[in-house]
Amino acid sequence: MDQGVKDHITAPTGGSGNEPPPALGLVGWLRWTWRQLTSMRTALVLLFLLALGAVPGSLIPQTSIDPIKVSDFLEAHAKLGPLYDKLGLFDVYKSAWFSAIYLLLFISLIGCVVPRLGVYLRALRARPPKPPRNLDRLPGYERFTVDSEGDVLEVATRELNRRRFRVQAYDGAVAAERGYLREAGNLLFHFSLILALIGVAWGSLFGYRGTVLVVVGNGFANSVAQYDDFTPGRAFSGDDDLPPFSLTVKDFEVKFQEDGPQRGAAREFNAQLQYQETPDAPEKSYDLRVNHPLKLDGSSLYLLGHGYAPRVTVRDGSGQVAFSGPAPFLPQDSNFSSFGVIKAPDARPTTLGFEGFFLPTAVIDSRGPVSVFPDDLNPVLVMTGYYGRPQPETGKPESVYQLDKSKLTQFEQNGDKLRFQLTPGQSQTLPNKAGSITFDGYSRWVKLQVSHTPGTDLALAGILLAILGLMGSLFVHPRRTWVRVRTEDGRTVVEVAGLDRGPERGLGDEIRAIGEALKPDRSSTQEKS
Amino acid sequence: MSPETYAHVSNLLVPTATVIYALAMMSHAMEWALGRSTVATAAVVKDEVLVASDGGPVTGGSAGSSATDDVQQTVAGSTERMEAASRIGLMLTWLAFVFHFGGVLTRGLAAGRVPWGNMYEFSITASLAVAIVYLIFVQRYKLQWLGLGVTLVVAAVLGLATLALYTPAGPLVPALHSYWLVIHVSSAAISGGAFTIGGLVSVLYLVKARAERKVLAGGTMSASLRRLPSAEAMDGTAYKVLAFAFPLWTFGVLVAGPIWAEYAWGRYWGWDPKEVWSLVTWVVYAAYLHARATAGWRGRRAATIAIVGWFVFIFNFVGVNLLVSGMHSYAGV
Repeated sequence: MDQGVKDHITAPTGGSGNEPPPALGLVGWLRWTWRQLTSMRTALVLLFLLALGAVPGSLIPQTSIDPIKVSDFLEAHAKLGPLYDKLGLFDVYKSAWFSAIYLLLFISLIGCVVPRLGVYLRALRARPPKPPRNLDRLPGYERFTVDSEGDVLEVATRELNRRRFRVQAYDGAVAAERGYLREAGNLLFHFSLILALIGVAWGSLFGYRGTVLVVVGNGFANSVAQYDDFTPGRAFSGDDDLPPFSLTVKDFEVKFQEDGPQRGAAREFNAQLQYQETPDAPEKSYDLRVNHPLKLDGSSLYLLGHGYAPRVTVRDGSGQVAFSGPAPFLPQDSNFSSFGVIKAPDARPTTLGFEGFFLPTAVIDSRGPVSVFPDDLNPVLVMTGYYGRPQPETGKPESVYQLDKSKLTQFEQNGDKLRFQLTPGQSQTLPNKAGSITFDGYSRWVKLQVSHTPGTDLALAGILLAILGLMGSLFVHPRRTWVRVRTEDGRTVVEVAGLDRGPERGLGDEIRAIGEALKPDRSSTQEKS
Repeated sequence: MSPETYAHVSNLLVPTATVIYALAMMSHAMEWALGRSTVATAAVVKDEVLVASDGGPVTGGSAGSSATDDVQQTVAGSTERMEAASRIGLMLTWLAFVFHFGGVLTRGLAAGRVPWGNMYEFSITASLAVAIVYLIFVQRYKLQWLGLGVTLVVAAVLGLATLALYTPAGPLVPALHSYWLVIHVSSAAISGGAFTIGGLVSVLYLVKARAERKVLAGGTMSASLRRLPSAEAMDGTAYKVLAFAFPLWTFGVLVAGPIWAEYAWGRYWGWDPKEVWSLVTWVVYAAYLHARATAGWRGRRAATIAIVGWFVFIFNFVGVNLLVSGMHSYAGV
């Protein structure tokens, strides 16, 4: 039994260790595989594989986190890139091999804990076992003689009960056990982890996440088509699952640190929204800030980022307005040097296109014009222009942040490529009477995220229960204690012995304390010999 | 006092604490050096180890004291000097801790918030957590033998923080404006402190276990190693510390972190490098607890896993911020 106690945490294998090797055959083979899979050793190996497998995702750019970095990486590594792609290293956490590791781990976990639940339920009903023959071999052992047996066993029962042991009387001995909650905690921990993972899986199946860039003053109505980027879960059914809210971004305030070494660090963002939960609902307002999402019928609205959108008017060669309005530019650095394009495909006689930078606080230095502060202290638009032959509408979707220059020619002036800087209100006339561009001003834009992740509460409850179980399994100390009385050479010998069944070992001085309580001169139990 | 004065005081206190920790470390190094020269007879040590390995649970205190009794008779002079070096090391650690605590406190007052908004602040706070955990338990569990490791780690972290990570005190970026900062970071820092202690104990466990095996094979053990508790007792200490840290780490990175991430970033888990490495740390320590509960992995293998876990934690703490870009970088790093 002692050996059994030592290794009681290894996965139960359902039989004795020295079985014959499994017979060749499907059933035997399956049984063997199952036994291997649910063994603690396999669980350990799988845990390590999970840890190792998670690492590449933190070192190699991930499509789900930063797709631009992934395409940069593919460009920079002509050989390595495609290999990585094949191995799923750009989307590690959804790759087949990573899923295989955690699925195997969970099968292993279930295969380990489900049988243990049965074992535990039986153990709960079991009485503390008879004392082993040689109590003096146990880690904790005390022995003393008394004149007569008297009520030693009764006192022992009381003392052990007081110490919250479950006590069983045997002939001439008392057996006691406590710490049943350890295994309960252990099982709770593992089952709750499964619960938490169901919650996570639920969320990734039925949830969705979409982001949209809204220029201040503009609005947004919640439907899939309105998003710039929309990631539905596999079981997400479409627009019917989206709450029908709409909103307008009234204003956006941002404050930056203006002095000191952390100059330029953001200090406050605040987007003032007007929103309606449903088309018929009354209009409400909300100050959307980081850490303060707006909850809308199960979905949450977040403020993820912000930037500048220069307002530009483009006139073509015939003097017609070919483009007018804000064009969101994307910040490239912490000082919001923002890159963007302006397209005027309807301009005639030639189509027009522009690309360049919006610099909120522009300074000209050796690197050329750069922004040195994220706020709009000296806004300048630095652009270059292109022209081309009108193209038939293809209907193909095009990025609003990139100019397809394959069929465009860059404007030149005095033999050099045309570059110009505009401050708000300024215009640039294009060569060859192709038209003009006017920098009317600029707005800010905010990037909003709407997401719904069902199962979050389940995942949270699962993890909290898991911690509770974990604490039980780590801090409850299962222990067996025996008190035996027998007669030896006319004297009554009392033996007290104990055995720790957890991984801590070390009984402390409880065995001695119990012994003291059993000695006839009980008034002096407080004193230590 | 004005925030500037507080910041100035903090900038004086932290380097001072670093220097005193370094002095304490030297004192403990001296203690070990003195111990090396006093090699006891193999027989005495052998007895001690036999008792430890045969009797099963031997608490650190009793094994240590019985060993010291024997040793004191044979090599009293050296031992006295060794004890003195140990005591001086501990006194210096206390002194350094006072400066360290003052440095962290004034840093918080200078910034007007909890002082863990960036790597520098997190480093000085996490190393303070290591010092606190050590100083609380040093008397109770007789942990003087950890002095060298603890002072080395704390001095190194503070030195690195002062020289490489220093960021002037200032307000926080909007993402950090949340009370979850206090909950999330403090639980990560305290469990990090405990991981460090657990890692140090595991290193010493491997050293001591090796020495014990040598003795069983007829070799000798230096007095500085004999002063360590038995390998078995150290194994127990490492387990206790890590068993305390693991649930706290679980709470810090799998409850508090995700809840905050849900508020600040709109998702509770996004495979950010810091999240990945926190999970890796979690998995490694989960493996440690499983290993320790499995017969064949107890002892050396479990200790190795604990050390791996500590390195993973350190990498998560330093490497992820310096080498990989992610969402957990504030104020430069």
